[in-house]
Amino acid sequence: MTYPAMTYPTMRLEGVELACLRGGRLVFEGLSFALEGGEVLELTGPNGAGKSSLLRQMAGLLELAAGRLVMTPDNGDVPLSARLHYVGHQDALKPAMSVVETAHFWAGYLGGGSDIEAALGALDLAALANLPVAYLSAGQKRRLALSRLMLAPRPLWLLDEPTVGLDTASIARLVALMERHLGAGGMIVAATHLDLGLGVIKTLNLASLAGTETP
Amino acid sequence: MMRAFKALLARDLRLATRVGGGGGMAVFFFLVVVSIVPLGIGPDLNLLAMVAPGMLWVGLLLSALLTLDRLFQADFEDGSLDLLMTGDLPLEMVVVAKALSHWLTTGLPLVVAAPLLGLLLNLDVAAFPPLMFAMLIGAPALSFLGTIGAALTVGVRRGGLLASLLVMPLYIPVLIFGVGAASAAVAGMPEGVAAQSFGLLAAVGLVSLVIGPVAAAAGLRANLR
Repeated sequence: MTYPAMTYPTMRLEGVELACLRGGRLVFEGLSFALEGGEVLELTGPNGAGKSSLLRQMAGLLELAAGRLVMTPDNGDVPLSARLHYVGHQDALKPAMSVVETAHFWAGYLGGGSDIEAALGALDLAALANLPVAYLSAGQKRRLALSRLMLAPRPLWLLDEPTVGLDTASIARLVALMERHLGAGGMIVAATHLDLGLGVIKTLNLASLAGTETP
Repeated sequence: MMRAFKALLARDLRLATRVGGGGGMAVFFFLVVVSIVPLGIGPDLNLLAMVAPGMLWVGLLLSALLTLDRLFQADFEDGSLDLLMTGDLPLEMVVVAKALSHWLTTGLPLVVAAPLLGLLLNLDVAAFPPLMFAMLIGAPALSFLGTIGAALTVGVRRGGLLASLLVMPLYIPVLIFGVGAASAAVAGMPEGVAAQSFGLLAAVGLVSLVIGPVAAAAGLRANLR
């Protein structure tokens, strides 16, 4: 695997007194955390505790009902949403496009490097490069969605149940990529029920922050 | 930013030509609409020649409307829209790329096919150049205004009809000035009418280039959050 070694500058992501309101229901409130480069923040909590909502808030896809999210150093006019990768429940793939076309598109759109082969190789998709996405299995689609992480270097990874549909070998591959990202000074926020065996883990249990029900 | 814009435009053009709903499909729909008109109003050649510019414009409008609803919805449903929002391309420019690809795959082929279909309706050959010119100016406006309806109904299943209802009123100026510009040559209207219609049509087009992306981006943000 020939993927260029790189490091991110020292950085820090801070959430202060965050709250989330969904359909009139306060999902969580008073949520604060701080994450340094090279660290993982693991989100835990029962279904509906707001793990996905928090990730979407970080990605700028959901409004903060209260609080603020700050990434330092502030990169001038580059918004936080352009400095992160968001891998949600949906794979965001087009059945009519081939694997390599999909990778080319996201590399171009997200402003990534030109080493698409390496990115596909990192998730063991090289052999499938010319296959239309329509013929991929669920796990292969997941891997293609995850290949976006490799296509453009971005310091913050937001992973929502990234291991769903993956076999043991693919999970090991993903963990290795996550470790390298952390080693380069990147940050990861992940909601997962699996113990991925990563190094420095901070855990945030959303169950304890459940908002009081509003009538 | 330019690279992201080109990547998105290229992807949308590729998808449109590959999945269907691209240029060929819109042209065939246009052909069907135009060829049922003589069946509906009878084979009176003079009458056909008179209504031809209007019918061609209505056909163009319907073809544009029918292909609009999937503009953002497909990306919304499979999660692509979320990721398009995390790029460094502003959402307004995402809308511009989408509208541009809609125009290239729907509007432009129809403009090219219009004279051929005009023959079916016994349209005077002298009216072809003004008709095509008017459609060339008006078709981008249809795509850009259409993004507003498509964005507002992005979360609605089978939102096509709703999007049409929302967008139709916005299309009326395009239709009025478009038909005016195209039929002035045929109907022998006073000298200035055609030029005025062209001017107003171009004005509507330019306004829609600005209003469409800004309004559609606001609609998308409201729908996603």
